[in-house]
Amino acid sequence: MRNVFLFIRRHFNFLFFLVLQMIALSFLFRYNKFHEAAFMNVSTEITGRINEKYNGIEYYFQLKKTNESLVRENLRLRQQLKENYEAPDSARRLIRDTIKVDSGKSILKYTILEAKVVNNTTASQTNYLTIHRGFAQQVRTNMGVIGPQGIVGTVVNVSENFATVMSLLHRQYKAVVKLKNGEERGTIEWDGLSPLFVTLKDIPKSAKVAKGDTVVTSQISSKFPADIMVGTVFEIVPDNTSNFYTLKIRPATNFFNIEYVYVIDNTQYDEQKRLEDSTSKKVQ
Amino acid sequence: MSELLKNTIRFILFILVQVFILFKMPPLHRFITPYLYFLFILWLPFNLSRASLTLIGFIFGLSLDYFSKTPGLHAAACTLIAYVRPFIIGLLISQEGADKNYISPSIVSMGWAPYATYVIVLTLLHHTWLVLLEWMNFGSFMYFLGKVVASTAVSLLLILLTELLFYRKQKFRTNTI
Repeated sequence: MRNVFLFIRRHFNFLFFLVLQMIALSFLFRYNKFHEAAFMNVSTEITGRINEKYNGIEYYFQLKKTNESLVRENLRLRQQLKENYEAPDSARRLIRDTIKVDSGKSILKYTILEAKVVNNTTASQTNYLTIHRGFAQQVRTNMGVIGPQGIVGTVVNVSENFATVMSLLHRQYKAVVKLKNGEERGTIEWDGLSPLFVTLKDIPKSAKVAKGDTVVTSQISSKFPADIMVGTVFEIVPDNTSNFYTLKIRPATNFFNIEYVYVIDNTQYDEQKRLEDSTSKKVQ
Repeated sequence: MSELLKNTIRFILFILVQVFILFKMPPLHRFITPYLYFLFILWLPFNLSRASLTLIGFIFGLSLDYFSKTPGLHAAACTLIAYVRPFIIGLLISQEGADKNYISPSIVSMGWAPYATYVIVLTLLHHTWLVLLEWMNFGSFMYFLGKVVASTAVSLLLILLTELLFYRKQKFRTNTI
């Protein structure tokens, strides 16, 4: 016993170093798998506050671009108004075919919350955004996040007033998307090469793909409503060994100046998840 | 200004500069991540005990990690260089008792060549460990090699600029032993 204590005393520095190294590595590997770590909630709150201060200044430099993107989004939505359509033939009647939020509460699947981006990185291999909306404002983990132009990412961590969003530009990010013409589904992910492009995989070669084709979200992902813009095909990477396309996609979202996002709350997500989990348990 | 206050201010400044300037820069290339923050550990005083040095390294790395949402990554690398630091200084110190007569490692206290070696070895060590941990999760061997070399080069350039811009005066202290 005495020798054990002597050993610890003699090699205290090295053992202390090993312990700290071990703690750091366990933090890291745990976080890579489950996206949770000790003190993460508290630290998200603190770093969120500091980021908010910084964003208060940085925001002024982005005002013009933010305005432009919001105006463009407004334009797109305005073009869908019923009032734009008028037939010269009075026998023809136009009926608004959208569901009112109040009357359709039971079938309303997605509700949308707006949020301000207070921090955003693009330079790393694991990019995250911090948004100023947290648990107290109905944000939960696994919610989808879209921007004015297209999808942005998924919420991975929530504190009281802030939430961190795993960006589309993250090595572990995956989402099910589809081609707009043809509806073939594939998986979108980032290869870490350039923040300007992401990769779309698993589209069978039977699909017709051309440069400039639009890629939109699929209802399969269950985090996003269907048909939300993801990006456009920039290049078809030639690969003769596979039966699937590898497509280089230019994301619709400009990750360099994003200031506002929308958090999408799928009100039936828990129910679907529960059902799917219990099914997989039953089959085993 | 006392050493404790000076180092506390440096701690905060290095984290803020790394998070809000260097991490915010548009990426030049995927191999290049400009790291400067670990210079804080290189500038810590000589007279710290090895255990406290390791602990400071761990806390410093972890506080950066909470900003960059990579808990443990920078903490592991910082703990490593903080632990290795005394060995390197022991090997490189040229004058007898320079670590007693001066407060912290610098060009003045160690001399040009030993100080440069000290910085290069620890920078390389920091980047190798950091990128190795990143490489375990994703990436290829080329990514590992390229990123270590390119990031080390950029870090050394940044350290050189910092040393020239913020010249640290070091008084020669006598009667210290």
